[in-house]
Amino acid sequence: MTALLAEMYSSLRGFLERLGALTRFFGRVLWLSPGAFGRPRLVVEQVYNSGAMSLVIIMTCGLFVGMVLGLQGYDLLQRFGSEDALGVGAALSLLKELGPVVTALLFAGRAGTALASELGLMRATDQISAMEVMAVDPMRRVVVPRFLGGVIAMPLLTAIFIMVALFGVQLVGVQFLGVDQGQFWSQMRDAVELGDVAEGLTKGLVFGVACSLIAVFEGYHAQPTAEGVGRATTRTVVISAVTTLVLDYILTAIML
Amino acid sequence: MNSPSGSAAGPADAGKEHVVALGGVDFAIDGKTVFRGLDIAIRRGSVTAIMGPSGTGKTTLLRLITGQVQADRGSVRVDGVDVAGLGRRELYGLRRRMGMLFQNGALLTDLDVFENVAFPLREHARLPERLVRALVLTKLQAVGLRGAAGLMPQQLSGGMARRVALARAIVMDPDILLYDEPFAGLDPISMGVVMRLIRSLNDALGISSIVVTHDVREISQIADASYILSGGQVVAEGTPADLRDHPSPVVKQFMEGLADGPVSFHYPAPDCATQLLDRGRPT
Ligand SMILES: Nc1ncnc2c1ncn2[C@@H]1O[C@H](COP(=O)(O)OP(=O)(O)OP(=O)(O)O)[C@@H](O)[C@H]1O
Ligand SMILES: [Mg+2]
Repeated sequence: MTALLAEMYSSLRGFLERLGALTRFFGRVLWLSPGAFGRPRLVVEQVYNSGAMSLVIIMTCGLFVGMVLGLQGYDLLQRFGSEDALGVGAALSLLKELGPVVTALLFAGRAGTALASELGLMRATDQISAMEVMAVDPMRRVVVPRFLGGVIAMPLLTAIFIMVALFGVQLVGVQFLGVDQGQFWSQMRDAVELGDVAEGLTKGLVFGVACSLIAVFEGYHAQPTAEGVGRATTRTVVISAVTTLVLDYILTAIML
Repeated sequence: MNSPSGSAAGPADAGKEHVVALGGVDFAIDGKTVFRGLDIAIRRGSVTAIMGPSGTGKTTLLRLITGQVQADRGSVRVDGVDVAGLGRRELYGLRRRMGMLFQNGALLTDLDVFENVAFPLREHARLPERLVRALVLTKLQAVGLRGAAGLMPQQLSGGMARRVALARAIVMDPDILLYDEPFAGLDPISMGVVMRLIRSLNDALGISSIVVTHDVREISQIADASYILSGGQVVAEGTPADLRDHPSPVVKQFMEGLADGPVSFHYPAPDCATQLLDRGRPT
């Protein structure tokens, strides 16, 4: 029993220490971020790396999420005889929840793991030390541009995900199941407000900060071995997913 | 210690005869003692060899000198300044004057050979592209790899990667050059080239060089002074000739490459026969 308590105590302590380290790391990344725009090319490269690389998976998943939403939404709404509301229902759920959350999960799996393993490998092969010895701050040169690249890419990916998903909803709802095309779009246009769009993009941005931060933190602090790099990659996905869902609840509670 | 090169005259300050000086350094990592009371003084303008069995802390010594790790006790001085007392900015200032060749090259994997060598230039100096090109190609030429400028690090062999890393280490014309195993994995031809390069860089540019190596015979040809480390301390120092005639059995064993002697070839382990008979796994 005491052993169990001791175990819980030590893992809680470990968690808090890690959280403290993450917070300090975040502070330093933020502090160095404005300077990164002095060399925009480094950031743009990373927007390309994180963003363009995730594009295909984001669009594929967006299409299928939208198509499923079309089927389920139609099935639900036609019980109340209001299939015409499919457009607005799908748009709101995508903007406010599904878009940002699913994009963040996919982003963590695709771009986050790539970032973490890249940084971990740089650590394991002495590239980080080599930079330090060459008097180049690896935080400035490597970590911050990657973080900012992710932060910029996420809201864009979220927007693309939502657009492709809406196309999927429309495809199933209007083309296959026969919802009225005019009603589908006009109801959506009337009911969706700018605030809803802002909510979605805010979530996308916050998740982008969280997922990018976790990925660069885990990668940068990976144990310098093959195993350590693998562990950092796994942790990135798990921690990003949990953090995204927790943050989603908090943000929703605040913004509703 | 006497330096045959006799080029000790550094800046006016007499206290700066030694470019690097470690005094009474203790260092432990993960509770394992690496150094206990280590004293080393590197004369300005000389080529100094650091030798010793694998795992005695030669790489760690270089990490202490570059301020990547800090001594638990004692002082590590570079140009008379204690490295441990420096802030980030000053430390980076100091490192700009050092070049280091890592044991495995440590080339940046997302840049090609040319950009790897150009990296310090691009980070620290705003130079016109033509000048960057000229500098980088000259250094690559010196290590015989000008033709490999367009290759990615993954396409290089281990020895080629180390030569590219050497070009990168010298591209900023540092005052102090640290080499971690520069000869490992080189064929005899490149080994000769790199050896002469180390010596000629040292003499032509007035650099101080610290060369960590196992290759006793090769380094003896170019070193002004040598240290042999073992068990966390300096066991012998002097010119290559001094060491050849050194009375200590440790030094003799090392210089002649014998497995049996005071230095154990084996990492500490339980008695071999006992462990082989008892079928359990080693603990
Ligand atoms: N990150 C680390 N964690 C734990 N122990 C370490 C670490 N780095 C080095 N050591 C230990 O410190 C000792 C010295 O290591 P170091 O790499 O300096 O040896 P070396 O003399 O360079 O050996 P080699 O000639 O094989 O390169 C070794 O016994 C090693 O076990
Ligand atoms: Mg070593």
